[in-house]
Amino acid sequence: MTVHTVNEPDLVATGLAAASSRHFGGPAAIEGLRRESGGASRQTWSFDAVVGGQRHALILRRDPPTAGGREKASATALDRPTEFAVLRAAFAGGVRAPEPLFELDSADGLGEAFVMRRVGGIAIARKLLRDPPYAEARARIAGQLGEIVARIHAVDTASLPPLPHREAADQVAALRAVLDSLDQPQPVFELALSWLDRRRPAPTGRARLVHGDFRTGNYLADESGVTAILDWEGAHLGDPVEDLGWLCVKSWRFGAVDKPAGGFGSRAELWSSYADAGGGAVDPARAHWWEVFGTVRWGVICLTQAWRHLSGSVKSMELASIGRRAVETEVDLLQLLKEAR
Amino acid sequence: MAQDRPTAAELLAAIADFLREEATPALDRTEPRLGFQMRVAVNALAILERESRLGPAADAREHARLVALLGRDGPLADLNRELARQLRAGDRDERDAALMAHLEATIADKIAIANPKWR
Repeated sequence: MTVHTVNEPDLVATGLAAASSRHFGGPAAIEGLRRESGGASRQTWSFDAVVGGQRHALILRRDPPTAGGREKASATALDRPTEFAVLRAAFAGGVRAPEPLFELDSADGLGEAFVMRRVGGIAIARKLLRDPPYAEARARIAGQLGEIVARIHAVDTASLPPLPHREAADQVAALRAVLDSLDQPQPVFELALSWLDRRRPAPTGRARLVHGDFRTGNYLADESGVTAILDWEGAHLGDPVEDLGWLCVKSWRFGAVDKPAGGFGSRAELWSSYADAGGGAVDPARAHWWEVFGTVRWGVICLTQAWRHLSGSVKSMELASIGRRAVETEVDLLQLLKEAR
Repeated sequence: MAQDRPTAAELLAAIADFLREEATPALDRTEPRLGFQMRVAVNALAILERESRLGPAADAREHARLVALLGRDGPLADLNRELARQLRAGDRDERDAALMAHLEATIADKIAIANPKWR
């Protein structure tokens, strides 16, 4: 359970003032503090730090201190210090991502937390896919995502903190273990996992930085296109094609079903921009494998999200409802396996 | 004992309509975050309304198909557990036409309840 304080914004503002003053080297006034999103366990806050007349537009990422252990969104999610270190390496490697600035320390009283620069743009898929201001951006986003993900995969792995290394075989085994823990038989997911197991791609020769949750909804975009890749807590070492397959999972098209690349373009468009940006030629069979895998993965995540509510660890109607979305991926899996037969 | 009208489906539909048409617009004006949560709730009620109408027949069809496919009888959950076990073990796979026909029919019934607009 999260420890709820009487006045959380005041607590956050006090911690941020101390940390911002240290970082900027002068007394910092915290203004416009606003909770952006996230559940009880993972929060994003937007604020300005005004130091010596200069205004800095910032974002706080924070896991509040908990009583009785951390309630994690997933067993594989990185903690905040590791996410900060990955973001720093990616930013230094030229990836379009928010600039990470500083970490908070335990005396600031906000739990594991760091601050990055605020970037313009929105992450709301339905607006990006439909609203008039983004018409020009829509034509560019698939190509931009190909370029950016190639840059992520080129990040010097020596500059990264220690990260888990997960190849195809590990990932299949992990999803089976999750299904076993839920104790609710899932024939379609079992069928798909056996299909995947028999066709596992060979391990990558050289493991790369994989973002791990590279999809529409996890980047910001404005009228000019993609401005920043967010949500690095799934980062790991592994097969770079994993990110390309995940981006094309149908659930991230938000209705634009004929545009596999995140709802904005074709796979060919994505792969050619990826190759042009130095990512290398994409093997279609490997990409298809990861797209099928990603579809099972999202289905299993839907079930585990519902389970966070059902187990009593978080009380949330929203999480409970997500359980009923798992069947969407079953529909998609039967279609994908039919196409591959 | 049979309950009086409205049926469960009719009552769920009435609640969902009220929340969608009257409560949600009021929340959107005062508490947008709760307005979003209310949409999630209304969507969940619509799932329950469809489930109360379509669920029992869908479960019966699924059960009958599983009995035919596996050649044994038992509670629905047990039969699905056995099918899942066979699929993990590789005893059956996507080349089995009877299996695939069963899964297609089962998932068609499930999505008709959970999200009929999914494509």
